[in-house]
Amino acid sequence: MNERQVIIVASGGANTASLQFALQRLGVDSAVSADPAAIQAATHVILPGVGAAADAMSRLKQRGLDTLIRTLRQPVLGICLGMQLLLDASQEGDVACLGIIPGRAARFPTAAARPVPHMGWNTLDIQRPCALLEGLNDGDYAYFVHSYALDVGAATVASSRYGEPFTACVQWQNFYGAQFHPERSAAVGARLLRNFLSIN
Amino acid sequence: MRFRDHRVVGDILELAARYRDAGADELVFYDISASPEGRSVDRSWITRVARTLDIPFCVAGGIRSVAQAEEVLACGAEKISVNSPALECPDLIDALSERFGAQCVVVGVDSQTVDNEYRVQQFTGDVAHSRDASRSTLDWVVEAQRRGAGEIVLNCMSSDGVRQGFDLRQLRAVRAVCRVPLVASGGAGSAQHFSDVFYAAHVDAALAASVFHSGDIAIPSLKQHLRTAGIEVRL
Repeated sequence: MNERQVIIVASGGANTASLQFALQRLGVDSAVSADPAAIQAATHVILPGVGAAADAMSRLKQRGLDTLIRTLRQPVLGICLGMQLLLDASQEGDVACLGIIPGRAARFPTAAARPVPHMGWNTLDIQRPCALLEGLNDGDYAYFVHSYALDVGAATVASSRYGEPFTACVQWQNFYGAQFHPERSAAVGARLLRNFLSIN
Repeated sequence: MRFRDHRVVGDILELAARYRDAGADELVFYDISASPEGRSVDRSWITRVARTLDIPFCVAGGIRSVAQAEEVLACGAEKISVNSPALECPDLIDALSERFGAQCVVVGVDSQTVDNEYRVQQFTGDVAHSRDASRSTLDWVVEAQRRGAGEIVLNCMSSDGVRQGFDLRQLRAVRAVCRVPLVASGGAGSAQHFSDVFYAAHVDAALAASVFHSGDIAIPSLKQHLRTAGIEVRL
């Protein structure tokens, strides 16, 4: 898969190293960049996410990347907050997001038995076939760390459950997303990343 | 996984890979000698661990500033854990949470029963420096959450290393005031102790070191035990 040009969009989060290492374990080099030309030229674009939605959106806007990302035609993968940035909006900071995928990320309700953030390994339920999920099965475990989530909807291809079901993976045209962290989800995560890189 | 003794990096990488392959869900790397000596963790090994591991890991030890935390996270760690420096300067929790999000910020609490009260202990990595932090454990857990802690690791010191089981009573008391994920630490000696702590104290995770390092408990059989006991666990 070395002919791939994988760009991880620099959106201000501190932790892109673990994602780069996960890609390296698949034999794929990647670059972290906020350069519009580099992002435009990439075969695969990953929008990572650690941090807060409002902060990440303002960083993207400062560099004009919000407009650019909406126009991308190559496969784009949003991870965690990066997936939520693809949505219409997030309750986190009550901010408008990229508006590529319908829906709004909302905070998990407070419940005594369910601490927030939802942090740890949880199972996947495949909702419909998707290239991103090739080889993955119902009941596979992935590692989640998040306080906001998207309800199951039209773009949902896999769900998970924390009290109520929520979206674990999305697909909308050439835009894909994982609420969990594939770079920290052992073999399941590695498979999802490999699947993404295999999409043309 | 806790490294009490100085180990060379090769050992750490080998152990990390072994626990990864055995099915550990998360690893914690403690440099518990970092705080008492007033120095910070040596970062050179973090990147190598991050290349090796495909599961989350947390680094603890002497992180005193946002800049130091940023360095650790940039090396590929998932989370940072603060203990003594947060006691000295509680605003550190707010600053870390604001910059990186609560999910990155673990507050480690070493606690001991003193005169029928749970009390926070400080600088526990070194017997010569260890002391009472003049705080009630329950108050500190509440404050840490208010300041932005995304996870609490409660290490019950009277149980630590004696393998008589987790301190269920204390963990229950802390669980009652803890709205973020709570990790039990200290006292694990058998697989039964693990199922007990999940049932009796409703913790989100259980941490142990010596029983894994010694090989007394194998992770696959422990996880099988938990699954049989009706506790959801990744197999």
